Amino acid sequence: MAGKSPITIKGVKEGLIFLLDDQCDFVTLLEELNAKLDKHVQQFTGPIVHVFVKLGSRQLNDEDTERLRSVLKKQGNLIVQSIESDPLPPDADAKPSLYTMTGMVRSGQTIDYDGTLVLLGDVNPGGTLRCTGDIYVLGALRGMAHAGSAGNDQAIIAASLMTPTQLRIADVISRPPDEWASADPWMEYAFLRDGSMAIDKLASLGRHRKEVMQFKGV
Amino acid sequence: MGEAIVVTSGKGGVGKTTTSANLGTALALMGKKVCMVDTDIGLRNLDVVMGLENRIIYDLVDVAEGRCRVNQALVKDKRFDELYMLPAAQTKDKNDISPEQVRQIVESLKPDFDYVIIDCPAGIEQGFRNAVAGADQAIVVTTPENAAVRDADRVIGLLEKSNMAPPKLVINRIRPNLLKSGDMLEIDDICQVLAIDLIGIVPDDELVIKAANQGEPTVMNPDSRAALAYRNIARRILGETVPLLQLDEKSGVLRRMKKFLGMG
Repeated sequence: MAGKSPITIKGVKEGLIFLLDDQCDFVTLLEELNAKLDKHVQQFTGPIVHVFVKLGSRQLNDEDTERLRSVLKKQGNLIVQSIESDPLPPDADAKPSLYTMTGMVRSGQTIDYDGTLVLLGDVNPGGTLRCTGDIYVLGALRGMAHAGSAGNDQAIIAASLMTPTQLRIADVISRPPDEWASADPWMEYAFLRDGSMAIDKLASLGRHRKEVMQFKGV
Repeated sequence: MGEAIVVTSGKGGVGKTTTSANLGTALALMGKKVCMVDTDIGLRNLDVVMGLENRIIYDLVDVAEGRCRVNQALVKDKRFDELYMLPAAQTKDKNDISPEQVRQIVESLKPDFDYVIIDCPAGIEQGFRNAVAGADQAIVVTTPENAAVRDADRVIGLLEKSNMAPPKLVINRIRPNLLKSGDMLEIDDICQVLAIDLIGIVPDDELVIKAANQGEPTVMNPDSRAALAYRNIARRILGETVPLLQLDEKSGVLRRMKKFLGMG
């Protein structure tokens, strides 16, 4: 390894902080760490020292964490207090919790999403929207929508034109002609009231959610 | 280089073959060189509707398997010099030919014709994939029934996944009296659900059945309203702007116009 070592050790009041480089290969890192520990073996003998490992942006799985731990454990007096990575930055690959999608969901097509979905377009009969959060359709919902598919019974389904073949929230399944029918000219949403499907106009959602909103005006 | 247009619907019996036959004939009537390809292998009908059943020598599968050249399999129409048909095989089934083979055959036809009209079988399986493979454009036929509209929607979804131009919609078999009494799906409602461009509406017409049984495309009949509708669609394919057919039977002006033009 030419130039800078991928491992920096800082002494602080509580013990030692190991700053591990997050760019290099993990195996190289372990080798470097081994070498470093062997080199300074005298320093690491004696009284018990608490060690805080900082990994930078590197994310480790359980197996690699264990490998790292075992390398440090070889020096009897080092007690690993923590192994930490920086919190993940919101990068482009990570799915945002609110996803906006444009287009028609036609018969036979299915949209699955982990989070809340906004669809700018229609869902036709035979089409399916399924997500773990809320569903908002800016368009006609004529197909099937399943909100809170992982069991969230607080999820709602809102649509500009609410004429679905079927609605599902969490485990509750409902068909419009039996349980409710709607031909109202305002935007509506479906939610669970005492375990059964209910429909209300979207303006009531604020009251239903009990979210504190303050609009300051003159 | 011609254009390949597939006529499809998903659901059976909505009038794909009738539409193919009539559009092909209408385009030929307007002086275009047209080839119709029947891809409904095992259940071929286009030849019957066109009245060319007894002239078939080779078929699509023969061409695909190299038993003959494309030109040998083409059947020339008895009415138009510039209208040809490539019949499907009746003894095989859809799996005996691959989308790639159909694509190659259609590609080989395109330089020689202005339009290649591909008649698609019902369903969304192999037969559909075969028919769609070589097409540049698609016409989706539906009728004003919920089941047909659902299937059309499914097919449009599949067509949108391919690299084809957005499909065009033909609403077939409209009954003006049912429409007026509100017992039939409105044209506007169908267009709203399917959200693609409407290229024509065709009224239900008994003359279509009569013509199909005689092996004469309806388009040839000047008294048929369906014929007028098909000619209008053909004109729209050629790029003309033609207003939608007036469904009201008693459109006096139209009648008089037709009389004046010697068509009535």
